[in-house]
Amino acid sequence: MALSVDSALYRWQRLGAKSAPQTVSESTPLLFSVRDRLKLNLNKWRIVFSNNGRQQRGWDQASRFYSGNRIQTTKYTWLTFLPKNLFKQFHRLANLYFLFLVVLNWFPQMEVFHREITMIPLIVVLLASMIKDAIEDYKKYQFDKKINSSKSRVYDKKDHAYVEKCWKDVRVGDFVQLQCNETIPADILLLYSSDQNGICHLETANLDGETNLKQRRVVMGFSSQNTSFEPEFFQNTIICEMPNNDLNKFKGYMEQPNHERIGFNIESLLLRGCTIRNTEVAIGIVIYAGHETKAMLNNNGPRYKRSKIERRMNVDIFLCVGLLFTMCLVGSIGHGIWSGSFPEHPPYDVPDENGNFLSPILSGFYMFLTMIILLQVLIPISLYVSIELVKLGQVFLIHNDIDLYDEEADLPIQCRALNITEDLGQIQYIFSDKTGTLTENKMVFRRCTVDGHEFSHQENAKRLETHKELDLEDEDFAKLQQFTLPPMNIERPATYHRTMRPLRRSQSARAHFQGHTRSRSLGRRDSNQSQVAFSSTIEKDVTPDSRLLRRVREAALRTENLSPFIHMKTATSLTDFFLALAICNTVVVSTTTEPRQRVTVPPPIKPSGITLEKIHQIFQRLKLVSLSQSFSSSQSSSDLGASFSAKNTEEHLATLDCCDNDDSCCDSSRGAGLQDKSSTDIGSASLDEVFQSVSHGTLPTDFCYEAESPDEAALVYAAQAYSFTLVSRTPEQVTVRLPQGTLLTFDILYTLGFDSVRKRMSVVVRHPLTKEIIVYTKGADSVIMDLLEDPGKADTNAERRMKRIKDKTQKHLDYYARDGLRTLCIAKKILSEDDFQKWANFRQEAEAAIDNRDELLMETAQHLETKLTLLGATGIEDRLQDGVPDTIAALREAGIQIWVLTGDKQETAVNIAYSCKLLDQRDTVFTINTENKETCESLLNLTLEEVRKSYEVEKPQRKLFGFIPTSLPVSETPGPEFGLVIDGRTLDIILQGGLEERFLELARLCRSVLCCRSTPLQKSIVVKLVRRQLKVMTLSIGDGANDVSMIQAADVGIGISGQEGMQAVMASDFAISRFKHLKKLLLVHGHWCYARLAKMVIYFFYKNVSYVNLLFWYQFFCGFSGNTMIDYWQMIFFNLFFTSLPPLVFGVLDRDVSAETLLSLPELYKNGQNSEIYKLSTFIITMLDAFYQSLVCFFVPYLAYKDSDIDVFSFGNPINTVSLLTILLHQALEMKTWTLFHWITIIGSVVIYLVFSLIYNAVCVACNPPTDPYWIMEKQLSEPTFYLVCLITPTIALLPRYFIFALQGTFGASLLLKAQQLDKLPKGQRDCEIQKLRSRKQTTSDAPVASPAPNEDLDQRNSHFCFSPFLHPAAAPVPQADAGSQGLLASEVNPLRKWAHEEGYYFFNRWAEEESTATDSSSGPLSGCSPLVPSGIASPGQDGGKLTKGKAKNFNCGSHRRSVSAVTL
Amino acid sequence: KYVSFSRKHDLDKSSAPQEAGTRPSRCPDNSAFKQQKLPAWKPRLTIASVLSTFFLTGAFCLSVGVSLVVAANSVREIQVDYSDKCSNCSKLRENSSNWNNECLCSINFTLAEDMLGDVFMYYGLQNFYQNHRRYVLSRSDEQLLGRNVQNTYCAPFAAYKNGTPMAPCGAIANSMFNDTIDLFYNFNSSVIQVPLLKTGNSWWTDKNVKFRNPDSHNLSAAFAGTARPPYWHKPAYLLDVEDEKNNGYINDDFIIWMRVSAFATFKNLYRRISRKGQFTDGLPAGNYTFHISYNFPVTKFKGKKYVILSTMVWSGGSNPFLGIAYLVCGTVLIHHPNPNLSEAALLLMHICS
Repeated sequence: MALSVDSALYRWQRLGAKSAPQTVSESTPLLFSVRDRLKLNLNKWRIVFSNNGRQQRGWDQASRFYSGNRIQTTKYTWLTFLPKNLFKQFHRLANLYFLFLVVLNWFPQMEVFHREITMIPLIVVLLASMIKDAIEDYKKYQFDKKINSSKSRVYDKKDHAYVEKCWKDVRVGDFVQLQCNETIPADILLLYSSDQNGICHLETANLDGETNLKQRRVVMGFSSQNTSFEPEFFQNTIICEMPNNDLNKFKGYMEQPNHERIGFNIESLLLRGCTIRNTEVAIGIVIYAGHETKAMLNNNGPRYKRSKIERRMNVDIFLCVGLLFTMCLVGSIGHGIWSGSFPEHPPYDVPDENGNFLSPILSGFYMFLTMIILLQVLIPISLYVSIELVKLGQVFLIHNDIDLYDEEADLPIQCRALNITEDLGQIQYIFSDKTGTLTENKMVFRRCTVDGHEFSHQENAKRLETHKELDLEDEDFAKLQQFTLPPMNIERPATYHRTMRPLRRSQSARAHFQGHTRSRSLGRRDSNQSQVAFSSTIEKDVTPDSRLLRRVREAALRTENLSPFIHMKTATSLTDFFLALAICNTVVVSTTTEPRQRVTVPPPIKPSGITLEKIHQIFQRLKLVSLSQSFSSSQSSSDLGASFSAKNTEEHLATLDCCDNDDSCCDSSRGAGLQDKSSTDIGSASLDEVFQSVSHGTLPTDFCYEAESPDEAALVYAAQAYSFTLVSRTPEQVTVRLPQGTLLTFDILYTLGFDSVRKRMSVVVRHPLTKEIIVYTKGADSVIMDLLEDPGKADTNAERRMKRIKDKTQKHLDYYARDGLRTLCIAKKILSEDDFQKWANFRQEAEAAIDNRDELLMETAQHLETKLTLLGATGIEDRLQDGVPDTIAALREAGIQIWVLTGDKQETAVNIAYSCKLLDQRDTVFTINTENKETCESLLNLTLEEVRKSYEVEKPQRKLFGFIPTSLPVSETPGPEFGLVIDGRTLDIILQGGLEERFLELARLCRSVLCCRSTPLQKSIVVKLVRRQLKVMTLSIGDGANDVSMIQAADVGIGISGQEGMQAVMASDFAISRFKHLKKLLLVHGHWCYARLAKMVIYFFYKNVSYVNLLFWYQFFCGFSGNTMIDYWQMIFFNLFFTSLPPLVFGVLDRDVSAETLLSLPELYKNGQNSEIYKLSTFIITMLDAFYQSLVCFFVPYLAYKDSDIDVFSFGNPINTVSLLTILLHQALEMKTWTLFHWITIIGSVVIYLVFSLIYNAVCVACNPPTDPYWIMEKQLSEPTFYLVCLITPTIALLPRYFIFALQGTFGASLLLKAQQLDKLPKGQRDCEIQKLRSRKQTTSDAPVASPAPNEDLDQRNSHFCFSPFLHPAAAPVPQADAGSQGLLASEVNPLRKWAHEEGYYFFNRWAEEESTATDSSSGPLSGCSPLVPSGIASPGQDGGKLTKGKAKNFNCGSHRRSVSAVTL
Repeated sequence: KYVSFSRKHDLDKSSAPQEAGTRPSRCPDNSAFKQQKLPAWKPRLTIASVLSTFFLTGAFCLSVGVSLVVAANSVREIQVDYSDKCSNCSKLRENSSNWNNECLCSINFTLAEDMLGDVFMYYGLQNFYQNHRRYVLSRSDEQLLGRNVQNTYCAPFAAYKNGTPMAPCGAIANSMFNDTIDLFYNFNSSVIQVPLLKTGNSWWTDKNVKFRNPDSHNLSAAFAGTARPPYWHKPAYLLDVEDEKNNGYINDDFIIWMRVSAFATFKNLYRRISRKGQFTDGLPAGNYTFHISYNFPVTKFKGKKYVILSTMVWSGGSNPFLGIAYLVCGTVLIHHPNPNLSEAALLLMHICS
């Protein structure tokens, strides 16, 4: 809401008064005692004294409290490493458990192993982690050291000169001199720049990845720029905010000795880690150093997440604990009974050291503890270490995948989270951002509307199409026809020199690249270095619309000739429109020859043909004309509020009759167009002549534009296409070359930057010729439309015309939005000198304010941006990224539900959804937009009912189609035919009104869900909701700062390192550079990682249980005395060395199915999704198998050696060997690929075991008291029984598993096994088979397939629903429907609902008819209003503002082929 | 065909050279390892490979099983429980105060067949948990190596209360089997003592490496300052006074006893038949008598004592288990393609997954 100037002033004064006491204290910081100052300092402000000797005392005191510039990212030092690391490690439960065991083993009663031996596993685990940590830390240390010792030039107060110093010696308050291309050592307040305007250019790529340059300026009003800065004379004290991590906010002031204050903000802060560009010398004072810099505060390490498998694993570990407990209990009870069964102590019952015997109960209790020690391995401690190692390996391989490498950005995938690789294989829901994620975030100018006339830019569309074809040679891309608007004016293509320019990317290495030939063109490298953001040809070259171009030329010509038949208003609008495009932005101009060299001075060229005077005359005349249509600036600002509310109602009324007039409107505009055309032909010959001379004679250089947002650049390029070329820009001036060839230099008075609240930006310029003060504003249509000048009662001709323009523009805008274009409105306003001065004063006060400055600035900005005159609107296309439809189709086939959460408009989002195959033409799409809880609830119910009904219809169908033999999982999410579109407001209601469950129920049944207009918070709430309520694995992918919360909320967060900075990447677990990489990341790496890790975890459980059970079984033969038949060392090494490597290699390298097959059969992903490898049932089966195998491994040797004279260790030796073989062979059975590594590790493990045992048993005569397994292995190896046992036992043990595998293999029960078999086939045959498999899938199930031929004859249920009751303009500052009307609406709900139901069916039947009308209407651009619109019923819609109407119309208009029927409640 | 190598992806090392002078690309190496395209053998279980493996393994198992069973059947073994038969001695030994009274016992038995080849005489114990944890640990290998050790696991059988260390120490040594068994052959009403070898029964390494008497000029001096374990009748240096090389710690009976048995019911090699004279081919069929000096009490722990005569074959003793196991395994493997079984397994598989 805009505030009047008075109230703003009042607020400003009030705020000033409030902060008065503080101001006193702040103004005299030096007068306070150090203590007070420090308190002050620590609480809120930081005071910086300069280190030049003048404020020596203050500096000495303050600098003690500010951290130096030395950074230390290491966690440990040499001294603290051991205690700190141990402390950290014992936070892990498993380690504590083992510590407990070690302690337990120190009690003589329980001592099973040597005290030292029990510690070995723990020590090894701790050591492994420690070494890992130490290496990591050391790397960090080295990196820190390198950074800390980088050099920088710092002012030295003794030498009175700049001397070179290490970064670490830079202190707060130091003056630092920076040269071009130097990296900034700390956060520095810019005090001097060699640039004459006090500008310093920064490259922030290191900080946020943005490649464009940022401008920083010397603290405004601080120094006279002409003299060079002398640190010696700097006497100011700097007071600023405490260090924080907000990269975009910084404020403070500088206090001069005369207590005058100079404010500054982020614009003057040079951030650590950035690079100085284009500026010879910059000098500044260090404000924050070291860890207090914003860059360091933003630097968070990788996050720790617990993966699903790990969560599952922890449950199973508790099961293992239970098992352990049971086994120990059995042992202790058994021992108690056993020892109680002797009437007298037998000779083998050894008393304790004092010769006393324990009671059976006590010894049973001790036995319990003893057994815990004995069977400790049941809790797989090595599993944790192994998992960490395996994940490291997996991350390494993912990181090195060449398919996930983006050549353009020279970026491989970044794995930031090291421990959730396997989660990639279990994703069930993907939440995606739209802009920059699905789309390229490369904005291409597509269409515009000026003065109510639409210019379709047909040629440009064609150009883009051809470009696409060139670009994506063999890629099967989405049908582009969906994108393009129906042709409006088919004219012969204009022969303009730009169209003929070949449209190719600068390099074509890309196609080769996919074949992994790594060939790169050299030119690519070069161009990469000089890469300018947003400058690909596709964005730069805008082919002008011939009609518009002619008009522009005409206008130019006419203004020159001052011809009598001038259509003055259109001409000025056109000129203004393009001027606004060129000026109203923050684009920085550079030339292609030297991209980083700013063009700040307009090149001294002579305007050809037209003299400046003449132009001046022209503009004088233009001014006269434009005055009539611009708002009367003398109007008092105090009645703003009143006019605001009045405007609403009137607008609303205005929209009502718009629809009725629609056809005639369109017709008239077409008629006008025709007239224009005829009139153009008259003067075209002379026109061309003029332009020939202009375009040849001047400015040969190509300009490059660097913008903060790609939209801006696109608009500037568009303006350039119409010869309104932005030539240079400085903070004070902007120069534009007009079509006539004249250079106009505007003085920029103010730039009101874009922010997401205002959703617009403005520049205030002074016209060089007319000297008028003009405000050019561009922004979101919803905002601008409300800020337009009130047309009043529309009595005068001009006003009526304005209203018509506005209505038409609105219509065009809706049309653009539906076509997936991003819309921006351009408006202007002419200010009188007085008004401007008044406003400028406020503005200055606001700028100088410290507290609430942001608010005040916002208020002033809002105050200015009112009563605008609409110039036109633009439609910018955000192109889909390569391979997005393909990826989405594949992911969907993989059983992943994809939701799009976007802040964009509904129409745009829906269109993008269609074009990227998120929604299918045949889908039924439900749109729910409401603001009322009851309505929302009933709508949800209604829709749900509808969806369910169709399922019930479908189910018997399925049965009829044929009984699917076994392989398809039943849990397959049914119903791919529904789509759900919901907007932010409705989402709010759902989330607040407790309708979550119903919403989720509905959403679950829908094939895809689109949430439009959603805030970052909503995004994360939705993700959390789905994740928590549906208990599914979620993945969020996004590229911008607004996706951060969503990325963090999901199980797996993926950031796209695109053009919107690095925030998303910083928050993500994995960072990729293109959306299409998601396909391989999930389908291949996800599958592999999941399969590998899941199998490995299961295997570890199996391994430990089967091995430990051997000891358990032995207890039944040794009186439950806790004895072991295997030597301790061999037992410990068994887990540590003999069987540890194969699972690791397996976990890193095994490929159950080849990457090609995984990609071509996405359905294989469901294996991981349903957690088929590692779930409770498989765990239990594995446990049973482990029990079976351990039984075999124990009892076969037992029975074979029964009644013989075998001794304990000679008996244990074959058991150990046999179980080693069994365990390794078990692993071998699981391995699907045998690379060299697999062979080496498996065979190597056996060899290591044998070698170790032989050596150990030969050497150890008395090394391991009291029991030495001397010569046992050797003796065993000399006996045939040993070999016989070693042969038969693994065979029997593995027979069942092998048998099952063999059955599965021969019968090919599951898809996975089929795929494995497919892998063996030669390539051609394999493709053939895959096709067969897929087609079978397609017929048996309703699962969507990648490229189904769009079937145009639709059956009844494939229609487009659109529930849009109470459509309120989203995010527009229109008062909400009041309570009374809501109550009314609620009462209407039930009948409406009934009506909707019947009506819905009615529409179904009418569909066929409508289809024909729809297609017809699509030929005419805007005329096609469906006759079916039940506008009379749409009574509640009247509560909404004009946008309501707009939207309703939107859906009712049948010109859109897809929206087949619309239901408006 | 079970094994087949599929080298699908040859190492792709043809690549353009890195451009000099530019910053190194972050592009990952296109090596087979990093791209996970290492050549690999992919075993696939097909009907042919599975059946052939099953058949081959089955055939192997059957043949091994048959030969094992045959071998085990050729073993002649006779086992005599003498703790029952010498019940008077058992009763006497129940009271440990009678430890000094000698008790002799004779047991007659008949060999129906000749026992050809090497015949081994074992004593067997039932229910004697030599594998009890505390028992197993109660020894000192260092002492048995002839070293002088203080800190041992032998407690409470490490030293007497007066401080005299036991030699050998520990519960195992203390509880050593101390019956003496002699075998007599009743040949044509004359009684011939069967010559028995009391050395060479233990492992060579035990005898020569693991067990050493303390160094001294004579054995009794070596054991000076130590005392016999409480249960022993005589000190270690008198275990075999006839044979210097079978005395002290390196006494075969002692060594064998010290090799603690894996199970509670076990046998230990006691003597071998010396193949001399009439016994060159082994033990001929006929009547025999064991003369046993009954010292070792077993009733305390409800145990039994046996004396066993047995021959040996390549696969060990008379235990037929391995042979049967091989036979069963072989049979199962060969007969597995039983359709019913397969179907049942398949069904089970589906239930499981």
